[in-house]
Amino acid sequence: MVTSEEREPRRPLSPHLQIYRLPLTAKLSITHRLTGVALGGGLLLVLWWFTALAISPRYFALVDGILSSTFGGLVLLAAVWAFWFHFLNGLRHLVWDTGRGIENRAAERSAWAVIALSLLLTLVTALVA
Amino acid sequence: MPRFVTDRKKVHGLGSARSGTSHWWQQRLTALALAVLGPIFILLFARALGAGPDAALATFRHSAFGAFVAFVTLPVVIWHLKLGLQVVIEDYVHAPVLRTTLLVLNTLGSVGLIFYAILIV
Repeated sequence: MVTSEEREPRRPLSPHLQIYRLPLTAKLSITHRLTGVALGGGLLLVLWWFTALAISPRYFALVDGILSSTFGGLVLLAAVWAFWFHFLNGLRHLVWDTGRGIENRAAERSAWAVIALSLLLTLVTALVA
Repeated sequence: MPRFVTDRKKVHGLGSARSGTSHWWQQRLTALALAVLGPIFILLFARALGAGPDAALATFRHSAFGAFVAFVTLPVVIWHLKLGLQVVIEDYVHAPVLRTTLLVLNTLGSVGLIFYAILIV
């Protein structure tokens, strides 16, 4: 009989996430996923707004009011940052797909560029909108 | 080479699931489309938000450009999200029944949401 130990021998786990300090590039990688999932929530808010627009002017006024209130504005501002981060880091991935910029130093530099530009574009969006 | 093939894969004789390339291309193409459509949509949405129903209708219904942007962006976003959530589920959910259930719900929910978005916009 084959024991589970023989079928799947215990292998060392590496890197151990609770001990290993993630490099900046790894932090951006997980943030890309987190912002992607969070933007799914933002999408639902947008669809809620369009739904209200299709239902009635009164319901639209309610939803539009919630989304443009201070609280709604903060949520949307977070969503805007998540969008720009995901947008810029997504472009970074598309560049990597062409085989460029994948060396450690280049990846580190583009990581800082993504962080800086995402904050800058969020500020610009907030000022324009 | 056979060392790397699991028992189950040997029975099925399939090797990989053979859909990775398709998923990869769909993710990149929707990403490229959204790199253009996303910022435009956000700008239109930000302008229409909080400006009353007439402004909202003017932006997304009575303007061919605005209507086109919303009509194309929302389904592409939903499909891009579907592809991403699929990978997240595949990576983190290991219990077989829950995993399959979530993957099926992700696909069905996304297709449903695309129809909904097209109807509502």
